[in-house]
Amino acid sequence: MTPYVVLSSIVFTIGCVGVLTRRNAIVVFMCVELMLNASNLALVAFAKQNGNLEGQIAAFFVMVVAAAEVVVGLAIIMTIFRTRRSASVDDASLLKY
Amino acid sequence: MFVLAEGTAPVVDPGPAGGVFSLLWLVIALPALGALILLVGGPLAKGRLDRQGHLLGAAMPVLSFLISVAMFVTMLGRSSEDRQVGQHLFTWFEAGGLHVGFDLLYDPLSSLFLLLITGVGSLIFVYSIGYMEHDPRRTRFFGYLNLFVAAMLTLVLSANYLGLFLGWEGVGLASYLLIGFWQYKHSAAAAAKKAFIVNRVGDIGLSLGIALFFTTFGTTDFTTISAAAPNASEATMTALGLLLLLAACGKSAQVPLQSWLLDAMEGPTPVSALIHAATMVTAGVYLIVRSNFVFDYAPDARTVVVIVATVTLLYGAIIGCAKDDIKKVLAGSTMSQIGYMMLAAGIGIAGYPFAIFHLLNHGFFKADMFLGAGSVMHGMDDDVDMRHYGMLRKAMPVTFLTFSMGYLAIIGFPGFSGFWSKDRIIEVALDQNILVGVLAMIGAGITGFYMTRLMLMTFFTQKRWAEEVHPHESPKVMTVPLIVLAALSVFGGVMLIGNWIVNFLEPVTGTPPPENPPLPSWLVSVIVVCIVAVGVAIAWFVVGKQRVPREAPQDVSWPVRAARAELYGNEVNDELVIRPGAHLVSGLTFADRHIVDGVVEGSALAVSGTGMVVRLTQTGFVRSYALSVLLGAVLVVAALLAVNLA
Repeated sequence: MTPYVVLSSIVFTIGCVGVLTRRNAIVVFMCVELMLNASNLALVAFAKQNGNLEGQIAAFFVMVVAAAEVVVGLAIIMTIFRTRRSASVDDASLLKY
Repeated sequence: MFVLAEGTAPVVDPGPAGGVFSLLWLVIALPALGALILLVGGPLAKGRLDRQGHLLGAAMPVLSFLISVAMFVTMLGRSSEDRQVGQHLFTWFEAGGLHVGFDLLYDPLSSLFLLLITGVGSLIFVYSIGYMEHDPRRTRFFGYLNLFVAAMLTLVLSANYLGLFLGWEGVGLASYLLIGFWQYKHSAAAAAKKAFIVNRVGDIGLSLGIALFFTTFGTTDFTTISAAAPNASEATMTALGLLLLLAACGKSAQVPLQSWLLDAMEGPTPVSALIHAATMVTAGVYLIVRSNFVFDYAPDARTVVVIVATVTLLYGAIIGCAKDDIKKVLAGSTMSQIGYMMLAAGIGIAGYPFAIFHLLNHGFFKADMFLGAGSVMHGMDDDVDMRHYGMLRKAMPVTFLTFSMGYLAIIGFPGFSGFWSKDRIIEVALDQNILVGVLAMIGAGITGFYMTRLMLMTFFTQKRWAEEVHPHESPKVMTVPLIVLAALSVFGGVMLIGNWIVNFLEPVTGTPPPENPPLPSWLVSVIVVCIVAVGVAIAWFVVGKQRVPREAPQDVSWPVRAARAELYGNEVNDELVIRPGAHLVSGLTFADRHIVDGVVEGSALAVSGTGMVVRLTQTGFVRSYALSVLLGAVLVVAALLAVNLA
């Protein structure tokens, strides 16, 4: 049991650090996916341990949300890149005080 | 000063209105209809009414007068217990326990007022046809006059205080419109506003009084109140009496609300005659006599009435001595004469009939003299300064003769109407209180002085006319009313024959207690006549024997200066009311600007300032937002762990 949770934690932490430190929007996006999948792994592992299906169902939901998010997110990134010729998240900082 | 009245006020108990009395409502409705046609129809007809409008306007009060005479004659045929007639027209409004009907009450008191208002009113209307002939807005003028008369008739005919209040306010409105009739003159517009505002002060008294009537008696009907009055507490009655006195002071121009009356001379002269003789200023006296069921049980309130009246009768007389404007002298004299009426009314049961008696006589001779003054002004190109008159008796013989009748009546020349009424008032005053009686006598002497001064400066002494002025007698339409009024001024005293007026008014005012005069009646008359003769003689030596300067001398003694300035009544108002009011308003404005607005604007500033600081956290960098989300999540997890471990 423990290895699953440890792996999940490691992957989640990698994703987290990636979101906070990387500038490229695509990479940030991939890191978000890492975090989602880390949580999926944890959900499935705990479901297996508890012997029911609730965690697995939740994992399906996360996948669906992730798929939708990718569709929308990538479209936004594409559009920003087309207008600004840049995929850096720091450049898209107009919405501020 | 006074004790509770010995006789008690009779209960108002009207019988049904049958026969000619069923026309009672028409007395009000006719002038009201006239006002409606002339004021609403006149502008709609776009000037097509102007040629006949004044005839319609003058016909209405004449018709009302005819109905009044018919009712009066019918009433005289009835026994004295049977002379109160009530007419219920419709329910005015109902609210909770308050039922107010539009009820009319016709009794000896209102019958005399009806005759005075419609009779003298009609004469003034006829006179106005000539006086206002060249005024382009004559139709509107007659509309206002009709409104005035309708309001005054409502006032004296209503059977409850709310109806009376309706008429009361109507009179205030109509006087405002008429005093300011020549509104393009700044002084006329200001005088109209002044009259309106000063009258509002008095109206506070009447409206509070009505409220107190309702809380005490549960109604405003004269019938119920007069029946319940003997059981009410004296404190309540005193409060009611003082509130009604405040109202009467406003309408009847008694001190301290007298200041509007002299300024009200800015209106056309027939209006002055109407205000001073037949309507408006008599309303205060009517209110007090009508409310005798209050004042009979409130001796303290009556004492205040007498004090106010005595002060006013001297106040007005003193003002009359120093004014050069003929209309203002007459206005001062009105104040003074109304003071006599209030004095009689304040004395109580013994005085009420004489208050009304003097009111009627005053209505005759004051209307006569005001219209006479208007006739003089008509001939003198609207000049009102008596210093520009002189020797007019040759140029205007009819005006001179009729004016003389009014003059002899007001100074109380033996045999003329004013002699009988003023004498009786002084007698009952002496009977009650020596000081008041003596002051009333002195007032009569001053009356003799200022009226003689007016007569001499206008009709005698030297010609002091401006060069381009050619005095001429007025047309017949103006002199005929003067002649009628002069005759009434001479013969008004017949109402006292056989004590008729006292007996006639007894169903309303109550049975007077037996008199116990300190001096015999004939001696009082002789003394009063002597005092008046002294006043006349002084006027002869001061004015008649000397050359009257065309300009008013400026190096005069302080009493003359004070009297010319209306005894500083306006200055007192300025200091006591207007200036503190102005200070209060500027203080409130300051508080509003700086305290109320300060709180509102300060809190708005605080919110927006906080917003300015907090919005700096919005950097626009996605990563910093992500960091704060992470920190938040870590905090939540830490909190959950802490709770679980604990």
